[in-house]
Amino acid sequence: MTVKVLDVTGLSCPLPILRTKKAIKTMAPGEMLQVLASDPGAVQDFPAFCRQSGNELVETGEEGGAFKFLIRRGA
Amino acid sequence: MTTSKRMSLIVTKGTLDWAYPPFILATTAASMGLEVSMFFTFYGLGLLRRELNLKITPLGNAAMEMPMLGMHLPMPNMVGMLPGMDAAASVMMKNLIRRKGVASIEELREEAQESGVRMIACQMSFDLFEFKKEDLIGGLEYAGAATYVETAANSEINLFI
Repeated sequence: MTVKVLDVTGLSCPLPILRTKKAIKTMAPGEMLQVLASDPGAVQDFPAFCRQSGNELVETGEEGGAFKFLIRRGA
Repeated sequence: MTTSKRMSLIVTKGTLDWAYPPFILATTAASMGLEVSMFFTFYGLGLLRRELNLKITPLGNAAMEMPMLGMHLPMPNMVGMLPGMDAAASVMMKNLIRRKGVASIEELREEAQESGVRMIACQMSFDLFEFKKEDLIGGLEYAGAATYVETAANSEINLFI
Protein backbone atom coordinates (compact mmCIF):
# COMPACT_ATOMS: atom_id res chain seq x y z
CA MET A 1 0.00 0.00 0.00
CA THR A 2 1.42 3.40 -0.94
CA VAL A 3 1.66 5.81 1.93
CA LYS A 4 0.64 9.34 1.09
CA VAL A 5 3.05 11.97 2.41
CA LEU A 6 1.95 15.35 3.71
CA ASP A 7 4.64 17.92 4.42
CA VAL A 8 3.44 20.66 6.74
CA THR A 9 6.88 21.72 7.95
CA GLY A 10 7.16 25.46 8.41
CA LEU A 11 3.47 25.79 9.25
CA SER A 12 2.16 26.75 12.67
CA CYS A 13 -0.89 25.58 14.57
CA PRO A 14 -3.61 24.96 13.49
CA LEU A 15 -2.51 24.47 9.88
CA PRO A 16 -0.78 21.08 10.38
CA ILE A 17 -4.02 19.63 11.78
CA LEU A 18 -6.28 21.35 9.26
CA ARG A 19 -4.19 20.18 6.30
CA THR A 20 -4.06 16.67 7.75
CA LYS A 21 -7.82 16.57 8.10
CA LYS A 22 -8.19 17.67 4.47
CA ALA A 23 -5.79 14.95 3.30
CA ILE A 24 -7.55 12.28 5.34
CA LYS A 25 -10.87 13.24 3.77
CA THR A 26 -9.51 12.19 0.37
CA MET A 27 -8.39 8.78 1.67
CA ALA A 28 -10.30 5.53 2.04
CA PRO A 29 -10.60 3.88 5.46
CA GLY A 30 -7.44 1.91 6.18
CA GLU A 31 -5.20 4.05 3.99
CA MET A 32 -2.09 5.55 5.55
CA LEU A 33 -0.77 9.10 5.67
CA GLN A 34 2.73 10.16 6.71
CA VAL A 35 2.75 13.69 8.06
CA LEU A 36 5.94 15.71 8.48
CA ALA A 37 5.65 18.69 10.79
CA SER A 38 8.08 21.14 12.37
CA ASP A 39 5.67 22.65 14.92
CA PRO A 40 6.71 21.35 18.38
CA GLY A 41 3.06 21.56 19.47
CA ALA A 42 2.29 18.86 16.92
CA VAL A 43 3.82 16.26 19.24
CA GLN A 44 0.80 16.58 21.53
CA ASP A 45 -1.70 17.73 18.90
CA PHE A 46 -1.55 14.77 16.57
CA PRO A 47 -2.31 12.12 19.20
CA ALA A 48 -5.18 14.29 20.46
CA PHE A 49 -6.49 14.78 16.94
CA CYS A 50 -6.36 11.07 16.21
CA ARG A 51 -8.03 10.09 19.48
CA GLN A 52 -10.85 12.56 18.99
CA SER A 53 -11.42 11.97 15.30
CA GLY A 54 -11.25 8.19 15.30
CA ASN A 55 -8.07 7.86 13.27
CA GLU A 56 -5.18 5.65 14.35
CA LEU A 57 -1.77 7.07 15.10
CA VAL A 58 0.34 4.13 13.98
CA GLU A 59 3.82 5.50 14.54
CA THR A 60 5.62 8.66 15.58
CA GLY A 61 9.22 9.65 15.09
CA GLU A 62 11.71 12.29 14.13
CA GLU A 63 13.60 12.69 10.91
CA GLY A 64 15.90 15.48 9.85
CA GLY A 65 14.59 17.89 12.46
CA ALA A 66 10.95 17.23 11.59
CA PHE A 67 8.36 15.24 13.54
CA LYS A 68 6.77 12.31 11.75
CA PHE A 69 3.26 11.00 12.30
CA LEU A 70 2.00 7.90 10.53
CA ILE A 71 -1.78 7.92 10.55
CA ARG A 72 -4.24 5.29 9.39
CA ARG A 73 -7.65 6.58 8.45
CA GLY A 74 -10.39 5.13 10.63
CA ALA A 75 -13.94 4.44 9.50
CA MET B 1 -14.04 7.38 19.05
CA THR B 2 -15.54 9.68 21.66
CA THR B 3 -19.12 10.84 21.12
CA SER B 4 -19.52 13.90 18.95
CA LYS B 5 -19.53 17.11 20.94
CA ARG B 6 -20.82 20.55 20.12
CA MET B 7 -18.98 23.83 20.63
CA SER B 8 -20.46 27.29 20.51
CA LEU B 9 -18.36 30.42 20.41
CA ILE B 10 -19.49 33.96 20.89
CA VAL B 11 -17.10 36.35 19.16
CA THR B 12 -17.13 39.89 20.51
CA LYS B 13 -13.79 41.38 19.49
CA GLY B 14 -12.55 42.56 16.13
CA THR B 15 -8.83 43.19 16.35
CA LEU B 16 -6.26 40.99 14.61
CA ASP B 17 -5.01 39.42 17.82
CA TRP B 18 -8.51 38.63 19.06
CA ALA B 19 -9.53 37.21 15.69
CA TYR B 20 -7.22 34.23 16.09
CA PRO B 21 -8.61 32.40 19.11
CA PRO B 22 -12.16 31.95 17.74
CA PHE B 23 -11.06 30.94 14.25
CA ILE B 24 -8.29 28.60 15.40
CA LEU B 25 -10.57 26.89 17.92
CA ALA B 26 -13.51 26.66 15.51
CA THR B 27 -11.52 25.19 12.62
CA THR B 28 -9.59 22.79 14.81
CA ALA B 29 -12.73 21.60 16.60
CA ALA B 30 -14.51 21.11 13.28
CA SER B 31 -11.56 19.09 11.98
CA MET B 32 -11.84 16.89 15.05
CA GLY B 33 -15.48 16.10 14.44
CA LEU B 34 -17.18 18.63 16.68
CA GLU B 35 -20.23 20.53 15.56
CA VAL B 36 -19.27 24.20 15.83
CA SER B 37 -21.23 27.42 15.80
CA MET B 38 -19.90 30.97 15.99
CA PHE B 39 -22.04 33.94 16.96
CA PHE B 40 -20.43 37.22 15.90
CA THR B 41 -21.54 40.26 17.83
CA PHE B 42 -20.36 43.84 18.35
CA TYR B 43 -16.80 44.21 17.18
CA GLY B 44 -16.74 40.55 16.21
CA LEU B 45 -18.99 41.47 13.30
CA GLY B 46 -15.97 43.16 11.70
CA LEU B 47 -14.39 39.73 11.28
CA LEU B 48 -17.12 38.95 8.77
CA ARG B 49 -16.28 41.80 6.39
CA ARG B 50 -15.59 40.73 2.81
CA GLU B 51 -12.39 42.74 2.76
CA LEU B 52 -10.56 42.29 6.03
CA ASN B 53 -8.25 44.98 7.26
CA LEU B 54 -7.67 43.85 10.81
CA LYS B 55 -5.55 45.92 13.12
CA ILE B 56 -3.86 45.78 16.48
CA THR B 57 -2.96 48.61 18.78
CA PRO B 58 -0.10 48.76 21.27
CA LEU B 59 -2.10 51.26 23.34
CA GLY B 60 -3.28 50.14 26.72
CA ASN B 61 -1.93 46.68 26.05
CA ALA B 62 0.55 46.22 28.87
CA ALA B 63 1.15 42.61 27.86
CA MET B 64 2.24 43.43 24.33
CA GLU B 65 5.95 42.76 23.98
CA MET B 66 7.06 42.14 20.44
CA PRO B 67 10.03 39.98 19.43
CA MET B 68 12.35 42.70 18.17
CA LEU B 69 16.03 43.48 18.49
CA GLY B 70 16.63 40.03 19.93
CA MET B 71 14.33 40.55 22.91
CA HIS B 72 10.68 40.99 23.87
CA LEU B 73 10.29 44.71 23.38
CA PRO B 74 7.55 46.41 25.42
CA MET B 75 5.44 49.01 23.61
CA PRO B 76 5.16 52.12 25.82
CA ASN B 77 1.89 54.06 25.54
CA MET B 78 3.89 57.24 24.91
CA VAL B 79 5.11 55.67 21.68
CA GLY B 80 1.88 53.86 20.87
CA MET B 81 -0.12 57.10 20.80
CA LEU B 82 1.98 58.62 18.01
CA PRO B 83 0.19 58.97 14.66
CA GLY B 84 0.62 55.96 12.45
CA MET B 85 1.70 53.61 15.23
CA ASP B 86 -1.40 51.42 15.03
CA ALA B 87 -0.96 50.98 11.31
CA ALA B 88 2.75 50.23 11.76
CA ALA B 89 2.07 47.72 14.53
CA SER B 90 -0.61 46.01 12.41
CA VAL B 91 1.72 45.69 9.42
CA MET B 92 4.52 44.35 11.62
CA MET B 93 2.20 41.82 13.18
CA LYS B 94 0.94 40.59 9.80
CA ASN B 95 4.51 40.22 8.54
CA LEU B 96 5.47 38.29 11.66
CA ILE B 97 2.45 36.04 11.20
CA ARG B 98 3.36 35.32 7.59
CA ARG B 99 7.03 34.70 8.38
CA LYS B 100 6.16 32.19 11.06
CA GLY B 101 3.88 30.14 8.85
CA VAL B 102 0.76 31.08 10.77
CA ALA B 103 -2.47 31.07 8.80
CA SER B 104 -4.10 34.35 7.85
CA ILE B 105 -7.55 35.09 9.23
CA GLU B 106 -8.87 35.00 5.66
CA GLU B 107 -7.61 31.43 5.28
CA LEU B 108 -8.99 30.32 8.65
CA ARG B 109 -12.33 31.91 7.94
CA GLU B 110 -12.55 30.14 4.60
CA GLU B 111 -11.65 26.84 6.27
CA ALA B 112 -14.36 27.44 8.84
CA GLN B 113 -16.99 27.90 6.17
CA GLU B 114 -15.73 24.93 4.14
CA SER B 115 -15.87 22.64 7.15
CA GLY B 116 -19.45 23.54 7.93
CA VAL B 117 -18.97 25.80 10.93
CA ARG B 118 -22.26 27.58 11.50
CA MET B 119 -21.62 31.33 11.35
CA ILE B 120 -24.26 33.63 12.77
CA ALA B 121 -24.16 37.41 12.61
CA CYS B 122 -25.83 39.33 15.40
CA GLN B 123 -28.73 41.23 13.80
CA MET B 124 -28.69 43.91 16.49
CA SER B 125 -25.01 44.72 16.05
CA PHE B 126 -25.50 44.67 12.29
CA ASP B 127 -28.19 47.33 12.58
CA LEU B 128 -26.39 49.26 15.32
CA PHE B 129 -23.23 49.77 13.29
CA GLU B 130 -25.21 50.26 10.08
CA PHE B 131 -23.64 47.41 8.13
CA LYS B 132 -24.97 46.45 4.73
CA LYS B 133 -25.32 42.85 3.58
CA GLU B 134 -22.83 43.44 0.78
CA ASP B 135 -20.21 44.52 3.36
CA LEU B 136 -20.12 41.01 4.78
CA ILE B 137 -19.30 37.58 3.39
CA GLY B 138 -22.03 35.23 2.23
CA GLY B 139 -23.12 32.04 3.93
CA LEU B 140 -24.14 33.74 7.17
CA GLU B 141 -27.24 33.44 9.28
CA TYR B 142 -28.61 36.63 10.80
CA ALA B 143 -30.16 36.16 14.21
CA GLY B 144 -30.45 37.41 17.75
CA ALA B 145 -29.69 36.50 21.33
CA ALA B 146 -32.32 33.78 21.56
CA THR B 147 -30.67 31.91 18.73
CA TYR B 148 -27.34 32.17 20.47
CA VAL B 149 -28.82 30.98 23.77
CA GLU B 150 -30.37 27.96 22.06
CA THR B 151 -27.07 26.96 20.45
CA ALA B 152 -25.29 27.46 23.76
CA ALA B 153 -27.86 25.45 25.68
CA ASN B 154 -27.26 22.60 23.25
CA SER B 155 -23.47 22.75 23.23
CA GLU B 156 -21.17 20.96 25.61
CA ILE B 157 -18.51 23.65 25.15
CA ASN B 158 -19.38 27.34 25.28
CA LEU B 159 -16.72 29.97 24.84
CA PHE B 160 -16.97 33.74 25.19
CA ILE B 161 -14.17 35.44 23.30
